[in-house]
Amino acid sequence: MSIELFGPAFLAIKNGFLLTLMITLASFALGQLLALPLALALLSRKRWIRHPAATYTFLVRGSPLLVQLFLVYYGLGQVEAVRDSFLWPVLRSALSCAILTIGLNSAAYMAELLAGAMRQLPEGQTEAGQALGLRRSTMLLKIVLPQVYRAILPAISNELILVMKGSTLASAVTVLEMTAAAKAFVTRTYAPFETFLVAGAAYLLLGAMFGRLFRSIEARVAIPSR
Amino acid sequence: MIEAVVQYSPQLLHGLGLTLVVALGSFVVGFLVAVVLAPAAVYGRPAVQKLIAGYVGLIRGLPELLVIFLVFYGGTVFLTWLVGDYVEVNALTAGIVALSAVSSAYLTEILRGALVSVSEGQWEAALGLGLRRWRAFRLVVLPQMMIRALPGLGNQWLVILKESALVSVVGLEELMRKSVVAAGATHQPLAFYLTAAALYVMVTGVSTLLINAYRLRLTPHTR
Repeated sequence: MSIELFGPAFLAIKNGFLLTLMITLASFALGQLLALPLALALLSRKRWIRHPAATYTFLVRGSPLLVQLFLVYYGLGQVEAVRDSFLWPVLRSALSCAILTIGLNSAAYMAELLAGAMRQLPEGQTEAGQALGLRRSTMLLKIVLPQVYRAILPAISNELILVMKGSTLASAVTVLEMTAAAKAFVTRTYAPFETFLVAGAAYLLLGAMFGRLFRSIEARVAIPSR
Repeated sequence: MIEAVVQYSPQLLHGLGLTLVVALGSFVVGFLVAVVLAPAAVYGRPAVQKLIAGYVGLIRGLPELLVIFLVFYGGTVFLTWLVGDYVEVNALTAGIVALSAVSSAYLTEILRGALVSVSEGQWEAALGLGLRRWRAFRLVVLPQMMIRALPGLGNQWLVILKESALVSVVGLEELMRKSVVAAGATHQPLAFYLTAAALYVMVTGVSTLLINAYRLRLTPHTR
């Protein structure tokens, strides 16, 4: 262990840090965006809506993220129809593939969480809404979702940290995020402890920041005097 | 497309076997560590409790891939320094050690939570009946704790099964690595990654069914 290597190691992973942050935030946002419609589909009374959604979450949650990433980045490019489609500019780049895959993966976990929380909501809440003559969309927006999201806020904060940890897999498809940068520095300098310690500290710091952010949101939206 | 997969199927199945070995090995080692750490985290001295909480927090905040790299590259450097000659850490050992370190932290949390949820009265009743502490733990507290821990343990098994794919990046020839090699050799990435995904889904699906069946057998009253 040599202290003087910490500085260069920090400089080597600095650019990777920004990329890690970007992948994390973009995938997380995509996951959250897709999770709500997916959760509503999971709870739908119509079988032709519910079953495809349930199959999707089963398949995504049943296989490793790394396999999904390879499938999207290396696999889809093999299909001619994909190469000709308008999506090709997105799927050609490793970075956007990583964001897309991690986002789609996170959406499946989030959707199950959301659907579970919606099932837990007492019947009386929706009955009261119906009795007041609210439209279904109003009921969802004003009664169901605020309660559901407040209940699963800690789980959302967990999911953000899981997405951050998942972003390291982008290194396997040539994206030079923080883990890849750290690994490259290790092969150059042969100093694994110093480098991975710096990278690990950066991840811990980022995770702690996310945790703190969510705790402040939790405190803000908490029902007073409870 | 199909022929290529059929041709490589012995390789893929061999990889699947190694995936199960890595996952099972890491789960068992992690569990054994957690069995020691969880009671220590509840009944131990404050310093011990802090130490274990720190370990759990550290592992939960670090990406698994980083832990794998740290054990793989760091292990080589450490052993080389220790022995004084170049030693390369074997990928299987590094993989199991890294994933055990990760799973032990999560399993400790699961067991700790389950242990805390067994009410104090159970201890008091057992001790009141004249059982010694160890017998009271083994016969009264432990069975109740394990039933509560079971859903978490099942989840963690599924997580570790999928995380074992990460070990492929340090060259361990498990299912993921075999698929990467086969996809490269045949230029059929789609077929092989779909097959790999299907095999993983199969194993996790069967695991889920077994876990649910076992849970129902242990807790018939919740049916």
